[in-house]
Amino acid sequence: MILSRRSIILSGITVAAAGALPGFAYAAAGTPKRLVFIIQRGAADGLATVAPTGDPAFAAARRAMADETAGGAKLDGMFTLHPALATTAGLYTGKQAHFAHAVATAYRDRSHFDGQNMLEGGGSRPYGRDDGWIGRLLTLLPAAERDAIAIAPAVPLALRGTVQVGTYAPSRLPQADADLIARLTALYADDPLLHPLWDSAVKTQELAGDIGGNNGRNGTDLGTLAASLMLPADGARVMMVETGGWDTHSGQRGRLAAQLRGLDQLVGALQTGLGAAWNDTLVIVATEFGRTVEVNGTGGTDHGTASTAMLLGGGLNEGGKVSADWPGLGTAARYDGRDLQPTRSLESVIAGAVAHHYALDPKRVMTTLYPDA
Amino acid sequence: MAVQYLAANRFGLGRRFDDPAIEDPKAWLIRQLGEYDPAPAALAGLAGRAAIATAYAEYRDERQAMRREANRDGDPMPEATRRMARADFRRHYAEAAGARLAAAVATPTPFPERLVHFWANHFAVSADKQTVVGFAGNYENEAIRPHIMGKFSDLLIAAVRHPAMLLFLDQAQSFGPDSPFATRVRNRGRRQAPGLNENLAREILELHTLGVRTGYTQADVTSFARALTGLTVAGLGRGAGQRLMPADAQPGETLFVERLHQPGAQTILGKSYGQPGAGQAEAVLRDLAVHPATARHVAAKLARHFTADEPPASLVDRLAKDFEKTGGDLPSLYRTLIASPEPWAATPAMFKSPWDWTVSMLRALRTPGLGERQNIAAMFTQLGQPVWRPGSPKGYDDMVATWAGSAALMQRVELAGRIAGRIGDRADARQLAPLVLADALTPDTAQAIARADSPGQGIAMLFASPAFLRR
Repeated sequence: MILSRRSIILSGITVAAAGALPGFAYAAAGTPKRLVFIIQRGAADGLATVAPTGDPAFAAARRAMADETAGGAKLDGMFTLHPALATTAGLYTGKQAHFAHAVATAYRDRSHFDGQNMLEGGGSRPYGRDDGWIGRLLTLLPAAERDAIAIAPAVPLALRGTVQVGTYAPSRLPQADADLIARLTALYADDPLLHPLWDSAVKTQELAGDIGGNNGRNGTDLGTLAASLMLPADGARVMMVETGGWDTHSGQRGRLAAQLRGLDQLVGALQTGLGAAWNDTLVIVATEFGRTVEVNGTGGTDHGTASTAMLLGGGLNEGGKVSADWPGLGTAARYDGRDLQPTRSLESVIAGAVAHHYALDPKRVMTTLYPDA
Repeated sequence: MAVQYLAANRFGLGRRFDDPAIEDPKAWLIRQLGEYDPAPAALAGLAGRAAIATAYAEYRDERQAMRREANRDGDPMPEATRRMARADFRRHYAEAAGARLAAAVATPTPFPERLVHFWANHFAVSADKQTVVGFAGNYENEAIRPHIMGKFSDLLIAAVRHPAMLLFLDQAQSFGPDSPFATRVRNRGRRQAPGLNENLAREILELHTLGVRTGYTQADVTSFARALTGLTVAGLGRGAGQRLMPADAQPGETLFVERLHQPGAQTILGKSYGQPGAGQAEAVLRDLAVHPATARHVAAKLARHFTADEPPASLVDRLAKDFEKTGGDLPSLYRTLIASPEPWAATPAMFKSPWDWTVSMLRALRTPGLGERQNIAAMFTQLGQPVWRPGSPKGYDDMVATWAGSAALMQRVELAGRIAGRIGDRADARQLAPLVLADALTPDTAQAIARADSPGQGIAMLFASPAFLRR
């Protein structure tokens, strides 16, 4: 008797609470647009992600790493997609992927911190702004499309602004990411106390924090989580996903492949999880700057300038295309003689995609997202 | 030599983000001795002894009632009910642990604050015992803090007389075998007469004063235990002596109950103590507090805390002489320590305890590194150093090998990563590193931080750097 009475009370509460949820009021207003910004922290190598294999200088500059993209999808006569990006290649075929190449923010130095600050803040100089381009974008969106969240312990700069933004981080103590572990291994190398301790700690550590770890399954988990936060009627409409581990100074071949596999599975899980809503979703993948044209002495690449940005989703303007005002990779064509020359601003790529996605006036979007440009 | 880093981390608790540079390390430390506030704001509002004792008594009564009910109904006591009752009682511990951390992070006098932690650990109680859990914070705040700038004897007596210590080392249940109370019980012959418990007496000799194997005998321990009888805690029920408490005794109050005290003189270390009542144990404690073996024991522990696993004999000798000369004047001991060359002579060789490391990390950050709902006690348990719960009256030991373990190191890196994730770009590790690591910042670490792939990773690298892990 008690049990049945209790269940009636509980269901009564459930009904009342569901009626009070604000999200339900907009359910009839049609499918709202969704936006996902995936930041690649650490300077992802655009020249290996979307490789200009048709450039005559490419093979010589990349030397032993020139075949990094062997077996990847041919995007056009110039570019080959990294083979780890298999799902993304499928999206490209279905005109749901666009790659903007030789793009960079207004930043022209090579500090990760400053570069990420510019990418997120959208200012004209590092630390010039304390709000971010997505934070400002939210002010242009209708209330039903303004719910923003970051999968992060704190609100990243890109989302900061006048609109309240949520964060979501799994409650368990996250494991240290593989890249941090690798860097500490180097930092502890000459320390007689820490070196052996760390060696044994790393051996027993399951590397689960990175999208590249766990053979890409970490990317799947992250994408599934992101979709589950965005799918419900009262879920988030704008999301930022953080990824690290792109700073491939050494051993790039294996590390980058793992990173890209994780990213690919993240995107795949997001698409699967969102179902029909994918058609009204825009995913932007961008990094703070690119990497050197030439391979360095440790099988990696160093901090560069221009890189590649990805636009993914069901309603792209120019899906199935690589857009680039290609500068060439010959020494004379490079920025500072070493980096891919930026020929287009990343800001304009982002603003253009966002304006198309939300059917907003491109000029208004540009001046709101990048007021200092 | 990294004197600025040593001043801030070996003597202090790590540089705060808003601390000015330490111009003259020794003058900076000496000044703190005068500016020490035994009742910092962060500790205001914590429950007093009466509330803590009442909470424990209520918990115990509820548990007994629940157990009776469960027996009657034939159901085992539901785990949820048990946990709820416990949670309410443990609140005092959790609040005090959080306040302790807040005080350590905020303090403008980090050297005395470190000494509070040092002495609380020297006179350790361990919150393993249910009776001690709620009192552990109050013990540090009321028995230790007010006495670290006085005589060692007063600190010793305050520690021994606090309910946390009396309960932890069973003194509250120790009765003179020939006390009026025990005699009466024995004469009635209905049950075994209550008797002596030597726990507190032994640990005072072995851990708090003379040190292990310094010549005292089992007879000394027994005599000292007899002298201590009569000391007990009011309002916690159970003990046979509770009915003997004065009617106006406050719960959680330390009392001397004459009817529990062993009558007659006691001989300890060859000296006869014939004082009446509570004066007997106090006289023993005052003699122990200035004993040359105590001077040496305290000197060695203090020297180790501020140098290395094997403290230089020169420093131990100097501190012991100072202790003997001044009769255990603690500020004099601190001044001698500051003036000595040994703590300043080496690169930071001590491995920070989880407590020291976490405190120094949080002091470095302008933005709070932990969420408001972070369970502080659980965090330190995870890091391997539960607050006020060293597991034994010996306290946590002060050796590199105690804290430098491989899993422990990974735990720290993970916590550093999590805190760095919260901070993100709100702090710039490139600017923070020279401030926090000062003259211990190596080119390797500076470069590693500068090359980090994000601001957050830079912060994690700073807190996990070889220098920052040490003091």
